[in-house]
Formats: sequence, C-alpha cells, structure tokens
Amino acid sequence: MKNAEEIFQILKNKFQDSVLEFKTDQPTEPIIIVQALEIDKICSFLSSEDELQFNSLVNLSGVDEIKENKLSVYYHLESTIHRHKILLKISTSREKPEVPSVVEVWQGANWHEREAYDMFGIIFLNHPDLRRILMPYDWEAGYPLRKDYENPEYYQGMKVPY
Amino acid sequence: MGLLDKEFADTNIVISTTDDVLNWARLSSLWQVSFGLACCAIEMMATSASHYDFDRFGVIPRPSPRQADVIIISGTVTLKMATRIKRLYEQMPDPKYVISMGSCSNCGGPYWEHGYHVLKGVDRVIPVDVYVPGCPPRPEALLEGLLKLQEKIRNESMVRKSK
Ligand code: SF4
Repeated sequence: MKNAEEIFQILKNKFQDSVLEFKTDQPTEPIIIVQALEIDKICSFLSSEDELQFNSLVNLSGVDEIKENKLSVYYHLESTIHRHKILLKISTSREKPEVPSVVEVWQGANWHEREAYDMFGIIFLNHPDLRRILMPYDWEAGYPLRKDYENPEYYQGMKVPY
Repeated sequence: MGLLDKEFADTNIVISTTDDVLNWARLSSLWQVSFGLACCAIEMMATSASHYDFDRFGVIPRPSPRQADVIIISGTVTLKMATRIKRLYEQMPDPKYVISMGSCSNCGGPYWEHGYHVLKGVDRVIPVDVYVPGCPPRPEALLEGLLKLQEKIRNESMVRKSK
C-alpha cells in the first residue's frame, strides 16, 4: 500500500515532465495532474506495474473549468490488490478537447468516456465507439453540461423550454 | 352476482341503452400498456400489486400497445423517450386514453427549468385525458385518476353520431 505522494514520486521518476503537479491544497484527496496526451501511457503503467496494480477505474468524469478556459477529466483509480487509491486529472483546451482513451487499460472506461463526450464534448482518441450515450444520437444543440450551453427552442418539433 | 342477485322477477331480459352496455364493458376492462418510466412507475407497480390491486378495476398490463386501451405515462418524459411515447400511442387502437401520472409527465416536474433533456409535459406530444398530480402520486391518487377516467368513459357515446 502506498500513499498518493509516494505514487506521485514513482510517476515523476518514470514520466518526468509529463507529470505536472501534486495538488494537496483542497478538502478532497490529493490530485495528481498530468499531461493530457500522456494519460494512456501513464494509466497502462499504473495498472501493470507490480507495486501499483491499479486494476480498477472507479470513476471517470468530465468537468468544465470555464474560468481557466479548459475542459478537465478526473480519473479515480483504486487497486483492490494493494488497497491504495489515487485521483488523476488532465486538462485540455476548450477549442480542441482531445485526450487519449483508456479503454485499452480498463474496459469499464468505455461508457464513462462516452458520457464525458456526450455531456462535455471531450474527444477520446482511439475510443472504439465514441457515440453519444444519454442524449439522442441526433442531438445537435451541443454538450449540455458545458457552462456556456444553451438549450435549443425545439427538438424534432417538440418545444423544449418550459 | 352481487347487485343483480335475485333482483329480477322475470329471467333473461334486462333493458338498457347500447351506450350504457358498451361503456360499462369498456370502462370495466381498461387494459393498460405495460410501460413505466421513472420513480412514478414504482408507485404504479405498487398500485398493480396485491395491496391496491388495480386488477379489481379491470386494469391489467398488456405487453403490446395494440391490445391496450389506456397508457399511463408514469414518470419523467425525456425528449428521447417522447418520440417513442408518441409512436406507442399511435400504435394503440381507438378508442384510447392517456393518464398522465405525476408532476414530471404533467409539466416537467422538478426538471421544469434546468432539465435540458426533459419534455415539459407529455401533453406536448399526445392528448391527455386525466392528470394525476403528485411527486410521486400515491396509489390512492392513481386509483382516483382511474375512477375519473371511468367517469369520462361512462359519459361518452360510441353509437350516437357526433355533431
Ligand atoms: S413526478 Fe416525481 S416521482 Fe414522478 S417521475 Fe417525476 S420526479 Fe419521479
């Protein structure tokens, strides 16, 4: 079992500049911030390395950080073997929100990533099936959980606002 | 035979109007589309179960809209579901009835303002006969809604020409 700081050090030694920051100044558990485009490699290392073995992706969620003009993704990981947990975060630009998919590492990421795509428009590169998952497939009004989202007046002839 | 028990001096003949007989038959066997949406559907199932026993009013769930008389919209109608509900309704044979159960289906309910995905009332896509208020309505309220619908059917006419 390792604590978040030790795991951060292991990652820092292995990936160096791709691991950006260890953030502790908040009420939640510490966050390890990494480079968006390296997330797939980092995750596959986290899941396969003997002393880490993060075999479970507990949660994956998108967040719109509009004040910093960014879209972020949080990854809650847990190792049921070593009984340790960490929280990873990546940020990407709102104009071109692209991040590699981690479906190769954890199959369970599939629908989580589709949801983050559906709600925030985050593009998961190399995802096997990146379609909307909750909204209708023909929803053209954008991504509903973005802070600057505006609901359309009509969808398929049905009035949407109250 | 309940009410009819030993009330008649003669056997075999009862005089009534065609409308009364047809309406009595129709309102006593309202088959509902076996279909539920959100939390309200749980309450609808409770109404069907032994304690409240929807069946004593002749209401049983039919798995096909083509064999149903009434559809109970029991819960949140998302925009995605609204198109399906419209199709289900269109597949039902006439005469057909709609009970809108709960705030969501009446007017959008808790999602009336920020529910980007919720239709603000099922009456925007299909005509509603009875609105049952509540979030969720208790089984008694749904039963009351059904009695209202029966009252409506009792006063309809299947045989008279409509003006
Ligand atoms: S009216 Fe209330 S109980 Fe019924 S579906 Fe909506 S939120 Fe659920």
